[in-house]
Amino acid sequence: MIDLLQFDFMQRALIAALLVGLAAPAIGTFIVQRRLALLGDGIGHVALTGVALGFLTGTAPVLTAVVVSILGAVAIELVRERGRTGGDVALALLFYGGIAGGVLLISLAPGGSNATLMSYLFGSISSVTVQDVWVIALLAAAVLGVVTIFGRELFVLCQDEEVARASGLPVRFLSLLIAVTAALTVVIAMRVVGLLLVSALMVVPVATGQQLTRGFRSTMLLAMLFGMIATVGGLSSSFYIEVPPGALIVLVALGGFALALTLGRFVRRSRPRESQP
Amino acid sequence: MRGGQVHLDRRPVLRGVDLTVRSGEVVAVLGANGSGKSTLVRALLGLTPLSAGSTLLYGVPPARFRQWWRIGYVPQRLSVGGGVPATIREVVASGRIARQSRFRLSGAADAAATDRALEAVGMADRAGDPVQALSGGQQQRVLIARALAGEPDTFVMDEPTAGVDAASQQLLADTLADLVSQGRTVVLVAHELGPLEPLVTRAVVMQDGCVCHDGSPPKAVGAHALPGHDHVHPHAPEKPVGPLDWRPIP
Repeated sequence: MIDLLQFDFMQRALIAALLVGLAAPAIGTFIVQRRLALLGDGIGHVALTGVALGFLTGTAPVLTAVVVSILGAVAIELVRERGRTGGDVALALLFYGGIAGGVLLISLAPGGSNATLMSYLFGSISSVTVQDVWVIALLAAAVLGVVTIFGRELFVLCQDEEVARASGLPVRFLSLLIAVTAALTVVIAMRVVGLLLVSALMVVPVATGQQLTRGFRSTMLLAMLFGMIATVGGLSSSFYIEVPPGALIVLVALGGFALALTLGRFVRRSRPRESQP
Repeated sequence: MRGGQVHLDRRPVLRGVDLTVRSGEVVAVLGANGSGKSTLVRALLGLTPLSAGSTLLYGVPPARFRQWWRIGYVPQRLSVGGGVPATIREVVASGRIARQSRFRLSGAADAAATDRALEAVGMADRAGDPVQALSGGQQQRVLIARALAGEPDTFVMDEPTAGVDAASQQLLADTLADLVSQGRTVVLVAHELGPLEPLVTRAVVMQDGCVCHDGSPPKAVGAHALPGHDHVHPHAPEKPVGPLDWRPIP
């Protein structure tokens, strides 16, 4: 581990990985509770259009990705709110539109090709610059800030929207807040694991955490811990065995889930009262 | 509520309901399935938008109402979807939300109110268990505890007795009796009153989206008094059995 830190690019990558591993599961807990596990995927697809737009217009791809994915997330939330039926179809339309738009726009950009998109689709954590680290740190702080400040309200909202309304909570604002926070998370995780695997960091650590816990808060804290272990562990092992870090991070997370699944069974067996209906 | 009308998918569900609940009343909204009971209480709170008429909460339209801590809403079911576990205590403590401010941590008063609410429904010893592992009756108790934790003046309960075992129903009746003795207002939707019957001071009977009876609770008579009876035409006006009526004379 020590020799890893001798490389500047590895130091930056580790900081980025740590921040993403912390932030993604935090907002992911609320997203999973709301049954929106695929929201991250949807936003990720749309963000690809944003990245391509950045190349086309000569602005920073991260910036355009933030703007476009926030717009996409708001669109998804509005579709969800309007009609219960056809919501999944509307999501699918947005998925495909996002990918197709990205591929089309990048081909129009000077010197752009699908290869340019590859580093965004599958991550390019070793090329993270100092400036990138600052942007990631800022966005991660925003995500964690939202979860800390609005956590109580978001918990009520994710439990029961009607009760949230009858408690006087700003339901629409909070729903959009979740969507926008998810969009920010997608963009910061884009460099680490890539757009196609972003959602894994929001969902898999949460699924792992809930195998072992009984409470919401403990699930979230455990998920954040697992998220960090997966990103940092996956990244540093990829340095030694020379495989793409994004893929290894996700596979480490999935391995953790499999382990927790087995472990969780033992934990539950030792608490027989809980398994009663 | 004045002239309250609600359309769901263009189908009228409430057709002009006038209803005023006074402070300290225990109102039971009764009626057959699909008569608009649940819609009525949800429209009263502004959870379901009215297509005509108006509703006021403590004299203020729901959109401008700010004192939501005065109302404790108990929905029909605990939605345990999503799969992220939550402990009984976490759910009950979330009932304090309308009394908390965004930038302040939960305080001792919140913890004490949560404890009292858990105690009241007999769930204090299970506070650390996940709500997902509870039976229907126990979940209903958690929902009521969540409303209790907010210490509201008015409780609005949607079918608190549906699918709840007899022991939980009795516990609910005892909890309600306590609230009533403290002068709280209760509006509850029910298909059957069961052990709640002696507490109810006023009954609103719904039929086809209209109020067909508003006053003292109707006494169940004959077959209606038996548990498990068949509600074919509950409380429908009986036609006189005349000479040209095909029905056999009873």
